[in-house]
Amino acid sequence: MSKIQARFARLQAAGRKALIPFITAGDPSPTATVPLMQALVDGGADIIELGVPFSDPMADGPTIQRASERALAAGMNLRRVLEIVTEFRARDRDTPVVLMGYANPIEAMGVDRFVAGAAAAGVDGVLVVDYPPQECEAFAARLKDAAIDPIFLLAPTTSEQRMREVGRFGSGYIYYVSLTGVTGAGHLDHSQVAARIPAIREAVGMPVGVGFGIRDAASAMRIGEIADAVVIGSRIIEEIERAGEAAAPARVQALIREIREALDSLSPEAP
Amino acid sequence: MQMADASYTLPDAQGHFGPYGGIFVAETLIPALEELRQAYEDCRQDPAFQAEFEYELKHYVGRPSPVYHAQRWSREVGGAQIYLKREDLNHTGAHKVNNCIGQAMLARRMGKPRVIAETGAGQHGVATATVAARYGMQCVVYMGSEDVRRQAANVYRMKLLGAEVVPVESGSKTLKDALNEAMRDWVTHVADTFYIIGTVAGPHPYPAMVRDFQCVIGRECIQQMPELAGRQPDYVVACVGGGSNAMGIFHPYIPYADVRLIGVEAAGDGLASGRHAASLSAGRPGVLHGNRTYLLQNEDGQIIETHSISAGLDYPGVGPEHAWLKDSGRAEYVGVTDDEALQAFHDLCRFEGIIPALESSHALAHAARLARTLPSDRIILVNLSGRGDKDMHTVAEKSGIQF
Repeated sequence: MSKIQARFARLQAAGRKALIPFITAGDPSPTATVPLMQALVDGGADIIELGVPFSDPMADGPTIQRASERALAAGMNLRRVLEIVTEFRARDRDTPVVLMGYANPIEAMGVDRFVAGAAAAGVDGVLVVDYPPQECEAFAARLKDAAIDPIFLLAPTTSEQRMREVGRFGSGYIYYVSLTGVTGAGHLDHSQVAARIPAIREAVGMPVGVGFGIRDAASAMRIGEIADAVVIGSRIIEEIERAGEAAAPARVQALIREIREALDSLSPEAP
Repeated sequence: MQMADASYTLPDAQGHFGPYGGIFVAETLIPALEELRQAYEDCRQDPAFQAEFEYELKHYVGRPSPVYHAQRWSREVGGAQIYLKREDLNHTGAHKVNNCIGQAMLARRMGKPRVIAETGAGQHGVATATVAARYGMQCVVYMGSEDVRRQAANVYRMKLLGAEVVPVESGSKTLKDALNEAMRDWVTHVADTFYIIGTVAGPHPYPAMVRDFQCVIGRECIQQMPELAGRQPDYVVACVGGGSNAMGIFHPYIPYADVRLIGVEAAGDGLASGRHAASLSAGRPGVLHGNRTYLLQNEDGQIIETHSISAGLDYPGVGPEHAWLKDSGRAEYVGVTDDEALQAFHDLCRFEGIIPALESSHALAHAARLARTLPSDRIILVNLSGRGDKDMHTVAEKSGIQF
């Protein structure tokens, strides 16, 4: 059982929901990231999604694109992202880390070198936004051989048949993007999401995380009622932008704690 | 004329040209691409669609465009005979409109009332805005703010045609960033919006579909050359940014093994300078904008900023079929610098009374270079893909002239 699977099993046994925050590695500087990851854990994160910056983040909205541009300007690259994970692992052996990014930096490093480096650094899952299952069967298999979960996206527009396909290639969890849109978009059709989750869970046979459009404790709670995990990204990046590097860890920790408490209030053992 | 490799049937069912092409997009776009693939497949096999497409090309675009023997310029250059395929004479002034009509007809058939496009030089934006006006569709064009500055006349043209032009401020503020932004729009408005990609790049089925709509260029040449010159050319030369005009003239010639196909990339300040847009000559394979192809990238896999005097060639990738034609050796690719292109631009103005687009001037420059090395009975056919009216400002600026 992978670290991600173990984490979900433990949460499910306790009737709790997973909280999965996203930050971009190297935003606003390479040295900011490990303290921010620590703050996410201290605030109550279950899994950390760490964005690998890319010059052309087609599926992201302006907030995450800005984070990517700041990180690249500060000299971030995939090799240094792996160093950051190594450094974080020296302090935290338990919290699963999922790398999320685009195909080209991985292909430029070389798939074999990347998989070996990610495994050595202690990466637990990899989500490549522009690798749909049919283009990365071999890549997903190599990740699994290295005990890394290949994480895939599902969209509101995804067909049932395709969900089953994604369920075959992926492991760990499925990231259901709740909007047909880019990251950071404002609106979220809650009832539409709710209606689809049971069928998705059934089709893929693994926990379902929902992201895109979650802004605060209230919207996170509404998703927590229906999904196994809540993914929150752009809102945290905005917090980092506003706070500046020095104040960011405390502000991010407070934001995550607020969402954590809201999610835990959903659990049956909540006080 | 030897016919070889008539079996060329790429791409495969998943859109691959050998290792290139494919569908590399976020899951949100997969169903839209599948819907498009099916609709396009239906149209390909529908004689009524094909007949209407031909009618539009004839009566709205003004096809067939002539092939012209540039006798005076050929004499001046000394060597081979240079023939020009006059895509600059099309309605809207470039080859881009061929593809836009095809895709707009497809959008109409799919019931999508809104079309979006990315544009570099503005030619594809103008062609899309034109066709949107013709079919009564809402039209939004994304254009890098740097290109908006370089191509002010085309921006105004698009607005006259009723399109909304959105300047893109992210990244290098050029074509690739406009493409990112158009993709984001499409992801967000996929239900009512058709994305008219202007070149033979992007996720499957775009590279094959755009190629098919542009192949009218090469098919006409195959008919026209024997009538005009008594035979097919020895060389076909075309400029390559994304590569749609080149693919349109190359593809029908692929089975003609004796015809050498030469793509000309923008070498900017020279390949050694690092300031250029020659993905095939100086790039490495990678994944961008939905397909695997040659890309200009740094060692970390980040896409680098490109440079060319012509906005239409200023793109860090290239259509995946060109990547395949390069690797397979069926086509060869060379570079022409800004200065060489400008010289060819001026020469064609002065010797033939034709003002070529700066993009096409790259192909002309290589044709002249090649012609000098050949005997006078050899034939070079150049795709004159667009007219240069849009480039007046750039050329004047380069010559130190202010309007």
